[in-house]
Amino acid sequence: MNPGIALAATAHHPGFLSPTGVEITFVLVGLATLGAALLTVTTRQLVHAALWLVVALGGLAVEYLLLTAEFIAWVQVLIYVGSVVVLLLFGLMLTRAPIGRSPDADSGNRWVALGVAGAAAVTLVWVVVDAFRATWINLHGAVQGTSRATGTSLFRHWVLPFEALSVLLLAALVGAIVLSRRDDGGRGSE
Amino acid sequence: MHLAYPAVLAALLFCTGIYGVLARRNAILVLMSVELMLNAVNLNLVAFDVWLRDTLHAGQALTLFTITIAAAEIGLGLAIVLLVYRNRGSSDIDRLTALADPAGPGTGGPADPGAGADQDEPGATAGDEKAEATA
Repeated sequence: MNPGIALAATAHHPGFLSPTGVEITFVLVGLATLGAALLTVTTRQLVHAALWLVVALGGLAVEYLLLTAEFIAWVQVLIYVGSVVVLLLFGLMLTRAPIGRSPDADSGNRWVALGVAGAAAVTLVWVVVDAFRATWINLHGAVQGTSRATGTSLFRHWVLPFEALSVLLLAALVGAIVLSRRDDGGRGSE
Repeated sequence: MHLAYPAVLAALLFCTGIYGVLARRNAILVLMSVELMLNAVNLNLVAFDVWLRDTLHAGQALTLFTITIAAAEIGLGLAIVLLVYRNRGSSDIDRLTALADPAGPGTGGPADPGAGADQDEPGATAGDEKAEATA
């Protein structure tokens, strides 16, 4: 009877000092993601910032996989790593960003920015840890984020926002084309 | 898994994005930092969806919507940055002061209003040329 009670207790209240493999992997990948994000916002080589952004976004995709959200993870890989970073690299090259170190990558108010970010980090981490100190995610049982479940809910409960988003994507596409179109008629600027 | 792990990671990523938005000078690097902040919100949405075991899967649906909106935002933002670079020859957001208030008499030195006026003139003419070209 005693081991049964102990087993039930550990099942309901996992200890702080007995992390599972998923937790260890999550923390390690999280540290790598955070380090890549910090390098993204601090490196002085602009192209390297985009490449570190790839590492950070890929790490986040691994975190989604660890949280059993497989469809979100692959969408993250496809859209962010596949297209957004490529767009950013094209933007860097079309604006003739310097390839080497650029000493003026940071503006003059970086110490104010550091203060604001540090204060926000301390406040947010304190509040979050205080609020969710005794909360555990149950990763066992039915998997929450399979592609089947996501697709079913997306096309059963979220159809109208989904279609509205496709209209928004079309509007963004048209807007980007209109913005970046050169006007050849009349007096050509170049 | 402890819920504090993804929540703390999301908070730290968001604050990294805040630092990047405030401290970077190149507009494209600012867009990268905005992407970091959006991804931190996505991680929170997924973690809380898995924690609550939502039957509507609202967290994952909203994550997909956020990713889509972020893709639209990065496309439009890059188009605007390229347009600004074509008109002004620079994508440094510190130098784009055509719409800024001139520095007050008490705050800035004597060099600041002069520099602001120098920046304003080509910006106004470029804007006029652009308006004529589109018309």
